[in-house]
Amino acid sequence: MNGPFDFTLAIGDDALIAAQRLAEWTSHAPEMEEDIALANIALDQLGAARLLLTYAGELEGAGRDEDALAYLRDDREFRNCLLVELPNGDFAVTMVKLLLLAAYQVPLYTALAGCADERLAAIGAKARKESAYHLDHASLWVKRLGDGTEESHRRTQAALEQLWPYHHELFTADPAAPVDPATLRADFDATVSAVLDEAGLTRPEGGWAPAGGREGVHTEELSYLLAEMQVLHRAHPGARW
Amino acid sequence: MSDPREAAASVVDPEIRVITIDELGILRAVEEDPASGRVVVTITPTYTGCPAMDVIRADIRRALAAAGHPDAEVRTVYSPAWSTDWITEAGRAKLAAAGIAPPAPAPRGGTVVPLTLAVRCPRCGSPETEQVSRFGSTACKALWRCRSCREPFDHLKAL
Repeated sequence: MNGPFDFTLAIGDDALIAAQRLAEWTSHAPEMEEDIALANIALDQLGAARLLLTYAGELEGAGRDEDALAYLRDDREFRNCLLVELPNGDFAVTMVKLLLLAAYQVPLYTALAGCADERLAAIGAKARKESAYHLDHASLWVKRLGDGTEESHRRTQAALEQLWPYHHELFTADPAAPVDPATLRADFDATVSAVLDEAGLTRPEGGWAPAGGREGVHTEELSYLLAEMQVLHRAHPGARW
Repeated sequence: MSDPREAAASVVDPEIRVITIDELGILRAVEEDPASGRVVVTITPTYTGCPAMDVIRADIRRALAAAGHPDAEVRTVYSPAWSTDWITEAGRAKLAAAGIAPPAPAPRGGTVVPLTLAVRCPRCGSPETEQVSRFGSTACKALWRCRSCREPFDHLKAL
């Protein structure tokens, strides 16, 4: 990444793809309250994505608006981290993924709120309040699942083992960006460690750190997600409600 | 032709129809250019993804047109970020009367505290209430239940 456009596009894509994944739970969640919760969190992510992609389009200066960026790019042009495109899996995978994402987005948006770019600062100040609520929600669930039954503990530890390698990508250093992601790592580590300790979960070891999302090299999961998200707009360009 | 501020302030929130956008604190400014008569209304969303914003913008333009101000523009700003502390006293009373428990003062540091102390039941006034779901029918609400009168109710989350 290099500069405000790539950075804004990357964090906007994180929010957009997270929103699309979370929305898949709508009408499928384990209980009604959680169905509403996941849909609401998806809506918050979508709200942040719209602001960020609109601004990214302006920074680029090529006339692309939020819709052009969301619906008319192919997978290689998306800059989201791999973590958000991974399938939802079971409820434990979804909640561990949300924990990792929110533990990154809270310090990210908080740092943005104090950055020199006024537009990004306004978006950060707004979105951090919402992300704090997501973090709280995911933390409560991970503690409940990790410290719950033998089966819920087993599944949550397995989810953590599966997702943990993907969090490294979030903190790839980028000194030229409005907020260098590497500076967010200490905050993330402190938050996640505290939750895992209370949940009785073991922080995975091992150095495997898959990456590539920020350069447009994704898992095959993203293509399927985009196909579903973009089909209507591509079949009926400019369609409106 | 009536006061554009009054016309814009009278628009009700499309999802919580008992309260106006002014009472909710999302109407930030109404300015009229005395020369051209053009009105610029500035609003801010409660939550970034609030799906009611398009309807609110359309309702403001309609209210201004009806008040004799057909040339109106609605701008959306995100800073400073909306807080439930901006809901007026009149707005809080209307929320409670409609069965929606109004928010406590917003937590310091701009983040939501999970534990909300003593949310009073908007029906019977009892402080013996419990949270059923951290999210509710709209982005800004959570679902609660009264342990005294057993009624479920919406609570506008402090933000």
